[in-house]
Amino acid sequence: MGFLRLDFSLALRSFELELELEVGAETLALAGPSGAGKSTALRAVAGLVEPDRGRIETGGETWFDSEHGIALPPERRSVGLVFQDYALFPHLTVQRNVAFGAGGGVQALLDQLGIAELAGLRPAELSGGERQRVALARALAREPDILLLDEPLAALDAQTRARVRSELRGHLRKAGLPTIVVTHDFADAAALADRIGVLVNGKLVQMGTAVELIAAPATPFVAELAGSNLLSGTAALRPDGLTEVVLPGGARVVSADRGEGEVGIIVYPWEIAVAREQPVDSMQNHIRGEIASLVPVGNRVRVKVGELTAEITAASAERLGLQLGESVVVSFKATGAHLTPSA
Amino acid sequence: MRRSFEIVLVLAAAVAFAFLLLPLAALFLRIPPAELAAQLGSEQAREALLVSLKTSLIAHVVILGIGTPVAYLLGTRAFRGRSLLVALVELPLVLPPAVAGLGLLAAFGRRGLLGDSLEAFGIGLPFSQAAVVLAIVFVASPFYVRQAIVAFASLDRALLDAARTLGASPFRTFGRVALPLAAPGLAAGSSLAFARGLGEFGATIIFAGSFPGVTRTAPLAIYAELDRNFDAALAIGALLVVISATLLLAVRLLTSWAFFASTSPSPSVASSSS
Repeated sequence: MGFLRLDFSLALRSFELELELEVGAETLALAGPSGAGKSTALRAVAGLVEPDRGRIETGGETWFDSEHGIALPPERRSVGLVFQDYALFPHLTVQRNVAFGAGGGVQALLDQLGIAELAGLRPAELSGGERQRVALARALAREPDILLLDEPLAALDAQTRARVRSELRGHLRKAGLPTIVVTHDFADAAALADRIGVLVNGKLVQMGTAVELIAAPATPFVAELAGSNLLSGTAALRPDGLTEVVLPGGARVVSADRGEGEVGIIVYPWEIAVAREQPVDSMQNHIRGEIASLVPVGNRVRVKVGELTAEITAASAERLGLQLGESVVVSFKATGAHLTPSA
Repeated sequence: MRRSFEIVLVLAAAVAFAFLLLPLAALFLRIPPAELAAQLGSEQAREALLVSLKTSLIAHVVILGIGTPVAYLLGTRAFRGRSLLVALVELPLVLPPAVAGLGLLAAFGRRGLLGDSLEAFGIGLPFSQAAVVLAIVFVASPFYVRQAIVAFASLDRALLDAARTLGASPFRTFGRVALPLAAPGLAAGSSLAFARGLGEFGATIIFAGSFPGVTRTAPLAIYAELDRNFDAALAIGALLVVISATLLLAVRLLTSWAFFASTSPSPSVASSSS
């Protein structure tokens, strides 16, 4: 089974990209803010940029080795790269785009990706989702050992995105290649990849499954990327052993964690409840605010109230009849307010 | 107030176009078309047109063959001194043709910089047909190279990268992706360069002279016939107008075609709906 092992560094404008990874027959996502060096990492693997030092090797081949002066040009690396915005050749038909680097089996790929009936069209005549499939077919047509995808869903509108995301996941599983997907969207990473590496300023800050990253984010950035709420404020211990954090706006949050001084507070959206009236319950934290947004995510709804995002089931949201701009109370327990060193 | 301003604009345009069109019309109207055609059949006219055609075509092959890789280099690579080289490529555009001819003579002439070395190989450039070709290349090449640099520079670099990751060598990437996508721009520049080369006069007469059947191109023949046979000069002139106008029209068509052909899958289209 193929694998990709890389360990290299490359000076970028304002920081150094340093990456050490081993990817088996799995999909690894590199997630992080734009400008973190994610795309550059892919370009280095593909041979479009040369690292300053290090090694890049696959199953049987060394593609780059600064010590031994090895740097194969892109065309000699068995790699399929799906570009951001897809970079389809505008002057060639779908068929000829896919056949560009292919040894054979173009028709089978067109069938497999459901683009056979588009074979005679030019890229300008395709929808975003269709372009994405053509780009994937073109990359796979070379029968690469390694598959790289640069923001494969970023060029799609929200509706297409959810559908293409699950499609793409199926295609990647089927290809069974060591695959690196670069994305700035944690949801995309979680849906497509077995493991997620979070890249910030050229360094991997955490590597793990989506659940691991959400449950135990190593840094506040990972927590925010993973979709948790991140508040910050000044903490002080109370006589009863709880910690009270005063937020910049004056609101107070009680946490069961111990902390003092400047702290961050992570609150997971699924640990926040939404109510119309202030409930009488065991929860320590109640914050009233207006609903800023209501975003359905599958069978759940993300409700943004002030700085906090709560995730409740679509059924609950419907029962409450939540409307934008409505004043509600969000509540969470002191044990749901996880303190972390401030960013 | 606004109305009188419009009148000023229209008047200026009327004067400008009358001034442009009158000499062109005069070429065709001074003698009847049948006479014009007959004059082109004369020995001098045929010879001159043949010399022009031959030298222009050879020069054009040289311009395309060397200018294309040069333009690709300057259009797709970033390096120190690049803009200086681009300026150098464009220099012949602003150089008086007579000065260009003088420079060519000073470099390649018998007593020029390279004259001795060339003579050692038995090559005597000045006043030969090769000199006509060199003069045309020198003067006309910027019209092509300048446009070709723009055409290559505006290529989406991701397409070139994509070709490489799909296994294409730099040569194949150039031939299968860069060249076809830049083709409309290259063709437009090529037409302009050919038209400019066909009309070359100043550099040619100084560096190559005006020997009938050897270096006397159509523009030089017009000059030579001016005193002897004005009608013959008119006929050659009229033919050059037809060729130039055709080429200019071709350029206009090619550029509008390039505009429509460039509706590639642009990120702005894809992301505008998100």
